[in-house]
Amino acid sequence: MQVNENAKEWKPLIVAFCCNWCSYAGADLAGTSRLSYPADVKIIRVPCSCRVNPMFILKAFEKGADGVIMCGCHPGDCHYSTGNYYARRRMTLLFSMLDYLGIDRKRTRVEWVSAAEGQKFSLVMNDFAKTITELGENVKLGDIRCKK
Amino acid sequence: MQKVRGLVIKRAGELLSDGTVTRVLGYKCGDFFYDVTPAFFESADQLSDLEYGSFCGANLSKYLINACKDQKEGKILVLLKPCDTYSFNQLLTEHRIDRDKIYVIGVGCKGMLDIEKLKAMGFKGITKVLDNGDELDIKTIYGDKKCKRADALLEKCVCCKGKDFKAFDEVIDVEEPGEKGADRFEGVALLENMTSEERFAFWNNELSKCIRCNACRNVCPACSCMKCVFDNPVSGAAGKVNSNSFEEKMFHIIRAFHVAGRCTDCGECSRVCPQGIPLHLLNRKFIKDIDELYGDYQAGEEVGSRAPLVNFTFDDAEPSIVHERGNE
Repeated sequence: MQVNENAKEWKPLIVAFCCNWCSYAGADLAGTSRLSYPADVKIIRVPCSCRVNPMFILKAFEKGADGVIMCGCHPGDCHYSTGNYYARRRMTLLFSMLDYLGIDRKRTRVEWVSAAEGQKFSLVMNDFAKTITELGENVKLGDIRCKK
Repeated sequence: MQKVRGLVIKRAGELLSDGTVTRVLGYKCGDFFYDVTPAFFESADQLSDLEYGSFCGANLSKYLINACKDQKEGKILVLLKPCDTYSFNQLLTEHRIDRDKIYVIGVGCKGMLDIEKLKAMGFKGITKVLDNGDELDIKTIYGDKKCKRADALLEKCVCCKGKDFKAFDEVIDVEEPGEKGADRFEGVALLENMTSEERFAFWNNELSKCIRCNACRNVCPACSCMKCVFDNPVSGAAGKVNSNSFEEKMFHIIRAFHVAGRCTDCGECSRVCPQGIPLHLLNRKFIKDIDELYGDYQAGEEVGSRAPLVNFTFDDAEPSIVHERGNE
């Protein structure tokens, strides 16, 4: 969560994991095509969507992320052939588990964005930021007992 | 089960004396009769201490990992209940134990008792528990009491997987084959039907009890990594009780995730938890999701099967399925 002191307006913090070969290039294309996406989205580049360790996502939520989105190559297009197939199963189970633990399932998302889909990247990020803004602040994973 | 105990001691004695095995991995009573711990027996004389009764809930398969590594000669005899054989198979699949070094005696079981449940029912000063079929005679220092056997069963026995042995060299069983237990996903479904806030409050409350004793990890047959990610000081989750409460959550979520697809639902994590956290609800959530999304899979049912999370098909469900189903 971030508070913009001047505007007194709450801004969501969104973490996007983008794979190096498709989605990150897609984000690049969105930039070079002058398509806008919200500045609340912080992109973390990973070699492959399969690189995203479930701990990364939990850490993001611990550090105050309001939403986490993972982008990778479309199934079948993975640079490493099969990485995103494994990632697909993992993320489905992890996000289902996070929902089970009380983190709203709308706060997590997986999208497949190719290097040629700058338009899609921009649309997805705008839509996700809108969803998260509507949901408001996330529940705090980390501050129940040992408030410092 | 006294009968089984007699037969096991006799047979183990024979196998020890003819040299088929050199040690026996079984159970031994601790300070109290219900305080039963795993133990090794190396000669026929020691076998008189071997215990097999209603409090032998522990799953012995994990102890085989270290036992297989020591340089001692000969085979290890191990007593496995039907549900323990699933973990045994899973460890074989993962090449953590050596089948040639192990002699498995499948021992019959009619469900193990949970001393914590008995204590919670208000029985104090228990000196002996006698098994009379469906009823238990509980001798306490305040007199004799009775209770239903079904009310005192361990959680894992309430949802019994059945009495079939999935791996054995011989079976010693005098019990009548029992029925399968209750639906194990009941608790999970109950939570799934709550609202997001209720679930968060529930887990916050439960997981905040954690004292990071690591008992769940140490007892879990699926948690058999030589070096655990949580022992790594730079993992950000190596702290113990001094950590913030996020770590407990992360520890349990990640632990459940690491055993997802390999967890045989042996229920040891919940059994050993000194704080009584229902950890099986996390594991069962993963099992339920895997069953629903990728087809029924029981880890340890057969040796060599490929776990769902190291496998995929081209037409797996998209992660958006999580958004589509649910109650809200």
